[in-house]
Amino acid sequence: MIADILTGAIRSGTSVMLASQGELVSERAGVINLGTEGSMLCGALGGFAVTVWSGNPWLGTLAGGICGLLISLIHAFLVLSCGANQLATGLTIMFFGMGVTAFFGKGFVSQQIVGFNPVPIPLLADIPYLGKILFNHDPLTYLSILLVPVLWYVIFRTRLGVILRAAGEREDVLFASGINPKLVRYLAVLTGGFLAGIGGVQLAVAYTHSWVENMVAGRGVVAVALVIFASWKPIKAMIGAYLFGAAQALQLTVQQQGMAISPYFLFMVPYVLTLVALLIVERRKQSQTPEALGKVLAGSG
Amino acid sequence: MNTKKRVKIQKKTSGMLLLLLLVVSIVVSGCSQPSNPANTGASSNSASSNAGTSEEVVPGVDGKAIGFIFVGTKDDYGYNQAAYLGSVRVEEAYPDLKVLRAENVPESAEAERVMEQMIQEGAKIIFPTSYGHLEPALNVAKRHPDVLFYHQGGLKTADNLGTYFGTIWEPVYLAGVAAGKISESGKLGFIVSVPIPQVLLNINAFTLGARSVNPDATTNVVFTGSWCDPGQQANAANSLIDAGADLLTLHQDCMKTVVETAERSGIKTVGYHADASELAPQGWVTGSEWNWGDLFVDMVKVGMDGQFKGSQYAGKYRGTLADDVVKLSTFGSQVPADVVTFVEEQKAALLAGELNPFAGPIHDQSGNVRIAKGQLLTVEELESMDYLVEGVIGTIPQ
Repeated sequence: MIADILTGAIRSGTSVMLASQGELVSERAGVINLGTEGSMLCGALGGFAVTVWSGNPWLGTLAGGICGLLISLIHAFLVLSCGANQLATGLTIMFFGMGVTAFFGKGFVSQQIVGFNPVPIPLLADIPYLGKILFNHDPLTYLSILLVPVLWYVIFRTRLGVILRAAGEREDVLFASGINPKLVRYLAVLTGGFLAGIGGVQLAVAYTHSWVENMVAGRGVVAVALVIFASWKPIKAMIGAYLFGAAQALQLTVQQQGMAISPYFLFMVPYVLTLVALLIVERRKQSQTPEALGKVLAGSG
Repeated sequence: MNTKKRVKIQKKTSGMLLLLLLVVSIVVSGCSQPSNPANTGASSNSASSNAGTSEEVVPGVDGKAIGFIFVGTKDDYGYNQAAYLGSVRVEEAYPDLKVLRAENVPESAEAERVMEQMIQEGAKIIFPTSYGHLEPALNVAKRHPDVLFYHQGGLKTADNLGTYFGTIWEPVYLAGVAAGKISESGKLGFIVSVPIPQVLLNINAFTLGARSVNPDATTNVVFTGSWCDPGQQANAANSLIDAGADLLTLHQDCMKTVVETAERSGIKTVGYHADASELAPQGWVTGSEWNWGDLFVDMVKVGMDGQFKGSQYAGKYRGTLADDVVKLSTFGSQVPADVVTFVEEQKAALLAGELNPFAGPIHDQSGNVRIAKGQLLTVEELESMDYLVEGVIGTIPQ
């Protein structure tokens, strides 16, 4: 039973995890993108559509990432070049993503695809208990797990990471070293959109093999919340996403045990966990919020 | 700005952000639940409020168009597809009439706007096909006594608004019989949205069907909280499969994800709302479907002839298996012939009135007798079911 929950945590948490890694990059550079939900939807539809047309889920993955990137480009342009309020813009992008994908997605609802299927890793998948939890997933899930240490390394151990973080904390440093902070932020937002798009692809092409309008259903918003919960650290964001996935799997497992817990209560669990996360953040002594995020919220950005 | 103050502002910032996100995520996940196709209760009060004007106006006649509004897309292998197919039959039966369709119409004031638009385009008969379209339809009906409304599944009516639905639990029972015969483990999985009476009625009918042929069969119920969230459906399906279910069924608005997930896992599926056998050539058993075509055509005819008042459709019409308004889906190619024969026999008995799925004594989960021996339930009593029968594993909120 616990193994089932842990397996479910990875299965249903991966799309959220990919999106939260992307959002993390964007926020490290000082831009909050509430449009992550929209990027995931565009990624899901783009990935699904290209998989239908080409029959190749890898092409679909690339296309989905690009679709997610394109919609985040709108966000980046409005916020960085036009000076629009990032929260308002992000929300608009989110609803724009819902509308535009519902419109273009109509013809794809009943389409069937040959998407990604779980690929057990030889030998490792045979390890009792752990094998089933960790080594029997679709290729995108494996890649998403590999992405996390890579991101951690880039952000905290490379010059690129310093530039990224400087864009979010002290843009004077970047000016001093002749780097345009706006460019860094643009690239960070686009990376975020790309990864959120891949998260959408994972949901549509690998996990459900389906496209339905608004199928992301709030996962993108949860992803943004997770970044804050994770205090902008990739590994913590991964844990948070799997926690969210585990909460979803847990409520399903609990129901099947016939325990007398109201399903309405269980539906709340993933969100309650987020609320608890809020409390934890509030109690932390020293804030790790990238400074530019606060600046923009205060109205000067 | 000194450091302390900055830290404080930043803390506030992240807190505010999280709160905002929480609100947004609740709104978004709320938006994702398209419809409630069923009756949420059986309190039946006819709301006839425009008695004054409707004496001389005959609703439904002299129309140039027929309007259909759907809460989702027409090809979702579900509730909306079934209603859409009905509208196609109307189109074929009345080539002179324009059939106006609007998909993805939310259950809000937007539905009123869509209906007003259809009336402007000449529609005198409108089918609002989702449960939540009822209130908007009642509002529009009050403003247009000359327009006739046929609402799907509602429990309120007006002088120019009748509701229709079907006793879908009959084929659900028969599908349960098939499931009980086919399942080897006797562990059946049922994926549903929220515990409303129509859903509970279907779970109970399915379980009673399965246990009529396999008394040890159990139905594991999983509530997803949504009518169509493929991600949650996949979670639910995988979770049930991990727990040993070898047959899945569902009461959701869309079913592609569940049927395909079951097929990939090599287990069986019983469908709901529409025929999805093509999605699961190996695992498809059968399912329950709406067959609105003939009914819609007849309802349009009655309306256009000015015969709505006094007809069976003025009020709450419930079509049955015998009326062919609800039906059992085609059997999958892998279903053994003796199972098909047996289910067909049961169907004949049901049609002949020899078999009543809800004949007592029927016990609930805790063993209390809910339907006594010899007691016959009315449709209203059935549609207000608030318990789960013996053999169902799952909880409804008290």
